[in-house]
Amino acid sequence: MSQKRIAKEFGDLQKTPLDGIKIILPNEADMLQWQITMEGPKGSAYEGGNFVLSLSLPKEYPFKPPTLSFKTKIYHPNVTNDDKGSMCLGLLRPDEWKPSSKIDTVLEFARGLLVDPQPDDAVEQGIAREYRENRKEFLKTAKAWVKQYAKK
Amino acid sequence: MDSDDDFMSGHSSGDEDFGLEVESDDGSLGDDFDEDEPDVGFSQKDLKPAKKAYEVDYKIYSPSEIQAHQDKQIGEVSAVLGQPAEATAILLRHLRWNKERLIDLYMDRPEHVLEEAGLGPNTTTNPQTRVIKGFACDICCEDSPGLESYALRCGHRYCVDCYRQYLAQKIKDEGEAARIQCPTAGCNRIVDSKTLDLLVASDLKNRYQVLLTRTYVDDKEHLKWCPAPNCEYAVDCVIKRKELDKIVPTVCCACKHRFCFGCTLNDHQPAACSLVKMWVKKCEDDSETANWINANTKECPKCSSTIEKNGGCNHMTCRKCKYEFCWICMGLWSEHGTSWYNCNRFEEKSGSDGRDAQARSRQSLERYLHYYNRYANHEQSAKLDKDLYQKTQKKMMNLQTASGMSWIEVQFLDTASHALQLCRQTLKWTYAFAYYLQRNNFTEIFEQNQKDLEMAVENLSEMFEKPTTELADLRVDILDKTSYCNKRRVILLDDTAQNLKDGEWKFNVDISSKA
Ligand SMILES: [Zn+2]
Ligand SMILES: [Zn+2]
Ligand SMILES: [Zn+2]
Ligand SMILES: [Zn+2]
Ligand SMILES: [Zn+2]
Repeated sequence: MSQKRIAKEFGDLQKTPLDGIKIILPNEADMLQWQITMEGPKGSAYEGGNFVLSLSLPKEYPFKPPTLSFKTKIYHPNVTNDDKGSMCLGLLRPDEWKPSSKIDTVLEFARGLLVDPQPDDAVEQGIAREYRENRKEFLKTAKAWVKQYAKK
Repeated sequence: MDSDDDFMSGHSSGDEDFGLEVESDDGSLGDDFDEDEPDVGFSQKDLKPAKKAYEVDYKIYSPSEIQAHQDKQIGEVSAVLGQPAEATAILLRHLRWNKERLIDLYMDRPEHVLEEAGLGPNTTTNPQTRVIKGFACDICCEDSPGLESYALRCGHRYCVDCYRQYLAQKIKDEGEAARIQCPTAGCNRIVDSKTLDLLVASDLKNRYQVLLTRTYVDDKEHLKWCPAPNCEYAVDCVIKRKELDKIVPTVCCACKHRFCFGCTLNDHQPAACSLVKMWVKKCEDDSETANWINANTKECPKCSSTIEKNGGCNHMTCRKCKYEFCWICMGLWSEHGTSWYNCNRFEEKSGSDGRDAQARSRQSLERYLHYYNRYANHEQSAKLDKDLYQKTQKKMMNLQTASGMSWIEVQFLDTASHALQLCRQTLKWTYAFAYYLQRNNFTEIFEQNQKDLEMAVENLSEMFEKPTTELADLRVDILDKTSYCNKRRVILLDDTAQNLKDGEWKFNVDISSKA
């Protein structure tokens, strides 16, 4: 039953792509696994980087939220610093997700986080503290990681 | 909005919430409940007319009574606000059932209150499912002609299938009821129960009602669910959190479960909630040190043969050398009845011993182990007594056939078993209490009471373990000892609770509720 909705969302995003965001289906037969390539927004710590994310839709989509994770290593208070690169905040949280929320909003939200991290909602407390208290040091590391892991 | 240290949500003089008349002697709590509704399981009349210092007033409510009480309040407030019952229910839930606050706020800024509660401006008339030409559901993207759809008063319309699935997931998977919002992102309109009735299957409706009642009790600061598994009753007791260093509010549910209204743990009188919390934490942290105590076997202090404890009684007799001793302190049993012997009190060593740090730390460990030993022992004895109680039923059956006693006549074993459980529960916590207690003029009486109860319990426990053949002859004795135990327990609790109320106890820790 969610097929139609997912197909429509995918089609819409191909027709009118979001700024700096490319979407492909790694496996054409599996509409539930999307691969996103996101450009680091201009003026942000992540400018010049290309980030690969994976978006998976649950069977219950759109009644339950999709999960979004960074495949490219990123230095960010809201992304787990492990091999999962997962994030869970805002509308990605099950109790804040509404069935009428759309994937484009999710992607815009993620892109917004690259511009403005939310240290109060952090999964990486150390990085959040640094972001708040020592922005210079934070930017240095974040940019170094972009160079090392997210080069175009 | 409510102060944290306060169990009640509303405390203005006009509050008609049930259970406010704490001091009422006739036990008629709560004028909000219909007078003709029968008390459930527990009757205030069963209590002695003069309330003891350790007793609190409380009332027990069944799910249907709680429902009735909600409905009544909704009805009253609905009439005052001129809002339909459905909307009033949402408003009341939004303000955690504080009627006065709701009415005040509503009189001030009705639109604001409605908006905040998720009842924003109405854009459609009475909610109903409809077929609308050219409609496409934004959730499933279905647009076939004749598609039935539904919208709350906010006008956000979805197909009925999507709506149903959304509600089912909220109720079944997420246990949500009072605060389910419109499926539209950014719309905080609350789904009312009329909508629920219209859209969901009856099994979900029941679940929804249960969840609503649950939030009602959770929202009311002086209502708590009985923590016993599968028990559906709630207890109403007006005890403020900041009073918990003055009183230990034990309540007994209709299901017979005795628990503390302050912290919902099992009955822990006479120790205050904060002491219990500290004690349990300490025992967890020190479990390594104290592990050996839980052993069920010890060596006879005289001949060293292994002795197993298989009942609650702490009066041990070595099978081999017939030496009689106390399981707890390993001291000679015959001395326990005398006035100079102290099994329960920890004797602080005086003199040069307590000077250096090592000796002090050893002393503090010994002190802890002294109390922990007795605490743990009563816990374990209560378990063993309980095992015995399981056998009591059988014993009673045997006794009936052996002695020709009637069922009623053998009930004394049942009564004795209950008394043992209850008294050991109390004794157990007297040791946690004593551990934190500083010596003053009142501790001596406390220790005497503790000792008296302890002896009474051990005597009864000993009789209780006698072979069935002897039990019939012991009937009167057991009855006497049972009522003596209960009496000693009441004396101990009453005295301790009175001193707690009067602030006579000095503790070596801070027991105020902030701690
Ligand atoms: Zn809406
Ligand atoms: Zn739909
Ligand atoms: Zn109960
Ligand atoms: Zn308690
Ligand atoms: Zn002893």
